[in-house]
Amino acid sequence: MNELPLADRTLSEVGELLRRREVSSRDLVEACLVRIRRDGERLNTFLALGEDRALAAADDADRALAAGDGDGRPLLGIPYVLKDVFVTRGLDDAGLPDGGLPSTAGSRILEGYLSPYASDAEARLTAAGAVLLGKTNCDEFAMGSSNENSAYGPVRNPWDETMVPGGSSGGSAAAVAGGQAFFGTGTDTGGSIRQPASLSGIVGMKPTYGRISRYGMIAFASSLDQCGPLGRSVRDVALVLRALAGHDPRDSTSVDEPVPDYAAALSGEVRGMRLGVPREYFVAGMEPGVETAVRAAIGILEGLGAEIVEVSLPSTDAGLATYYIIAPAEASANLARYDGVKYGYSAGEDDLLENYLRTRGAGFGPEVKRRIMLGTYALSAGYYDAYYVKAQQVRTLIKAEFDRVLADVDALLAPTSPSVAFKIGAKTEDPMLMYLNDACTLPVNIAGLPGISVPCGLSEGLPVGLQVIGRAFDEATILRVADAYERVAGLSDLRPPTAHD
Amino acid sequence: MISRADVEHAARLARLGLTDDEIDRMQGQLRRILEAIGQLQAVDTSSVGPTAQVIALENVMRPDEARPGLTREAALANVPLREGDHVRVPVVLEEGR
Repeated sequence: MNELPLADRTLSEVGELLRRREVSSRDLVEACLVRIRRDGERLNTFLALGEDRALAAADDADRALAAGDGDGRPLLGIPYVLKDVFVTRGLDDAGLPDGGLPSTAGSRILEGYLSPYASDAEARLTAAGAVLLGKTNCDEFAMGSSNENSAYGPVRNPWDETMVPGGSSGGSAAAVAGGQAFFGTGTDTGGSIRQPASLSGIVGMKPTYGRISRYGMIAFASSLDQCGPLGRSVRDVALVLRALAGHDPRDSTSVDEPVPDYAAALSGEVRGMRLGVPREYFVAGMEPGVETAVRAAIGILEGLGAEIVEVSLPSTDAGLATYYIIAPAEASANLARYDGVKYGYSAGEDDLLENYLRTRGAGFGPEVKRRIMLGTYALSAGYYDAYYVKAQQVRTLIKAEFDRVLADVDALLAPTSPSVAFKIGAKTEDPMLMYLNDACTLPVNIAGLPGISVPCGLSEGLPVGLQVIGRAFDEATILRVADAYERVAGLSDLRPPTAHD
Repeated sequence: MISRADVEHAARLARLGLTDDEIDRMQGQLRRILEAIGQLQAVDTSSVGPTAQVIALENVMRPDEARPGLTREAALANVPLREGDHVRVPVVLEEGR
């Protein structure tokens, strides 16, 4: 049944081939490298590529597989990418470059930065036997919804190269959609995994706040940021989530909750489940093609025996404003560390204040500056109560509404993004227009809940995503719902035009 | 309504060196964003407290024990200006400043 080229198959499928020794990890790396050489530069997916290291790691994995170590290690030998927000170790103990990849967060201020330590995400995936191909392009410091805010140029969508792939994890999304890697990591502060997954026709999950360690994940907004997987099927994402999740004493926000076998929760069964459809998520301004596809997906779940109930989250409208106070406020504090003194770009001025001003003025791009300014203003004397405290109070309301509704239903169904992919340049002149892309995803971050986007069809030839939102630490349920839908939706072989050798 | 002086003040607080053009553009954009954000004032929050973060964890502690960390060389490798084993910082306090 499978006519797809090797590079475009799911992680689960090629994992089976690996364990049956029908392909090698080296074959998989080479299949990705062929795509990367053909499309990588044009789509601008990578900020750093580690070919030699990837091939060496693949050979290690092949030896482990030959020795029979593949059982119970679904990621062993699987090539993947890290969003360039995760630091990879690039220095040895003597402080010298050790051949590891640089870590830039898509910013000029960290151009060429070599980290002295590895992120927890990289460490866990390495321990699981996955093979790192490289670091993917992203909006600068993960601030954006289109990947156009990268200091290293926009990423193009494999579905239509005149379009954005979404953001901020746009490079990971485009790489996974385009057969350049079998899975990727992203970070999601207001939708930065789910929205690019939606616009690029793949699956992306933001787990519960605290589910995955953020050690070595370059900070944007600390009460909202979370790491998560992007993949080509719900099962793939479930396997990667299990490898990433778990307590890490190096991240004080990481929660010591047991990590279930998420793939085992994929029963295909939703009969008897109650699924809520929040009416506020079908907003004015949503593209009709998106609404049609999402409503059809809800109908399919109903046909599978789920009980669909309309619910209300009345404060949804206030989510955008709440987010655009909290996130910039936290960003303005987090990004104070880029001072031209400890690491990163420095303007080299003799006067300290002048050095701060020139380093940060030249090192940050326009969107990062805008958010630092917005956050600084919202936290400044005279405005703190009106903006920041108010936003924290509305956050209480938004969270309470989710808690109330999720006490009555097992999960929520909504669109991931109000639109399909849009033209590069179409929204760059108007920050508010760009911010609206995240209207359906950012309330989930505000409440700290898990959410997943799964492809639910095409509109105008471009992918649409169905979002499933769940209770805190109940990733298993939303994976189960998304997987049950995916099994019957007939979209599993949906691939962009790049999916050929 | 955010004034040009407000923008310049916030830029100083944020230690961001902005050009005149950037300040002009920023003023217009921040004005629009703040207008949109201003809708929050209409939300009744008289009976709710603020939420700073959503998980139950607070004051996570670990034993105060020495453990391996970065080597000195690895920690200093990215420093733009270094003097021996120190990070060199431009003079902050000077006679007559």
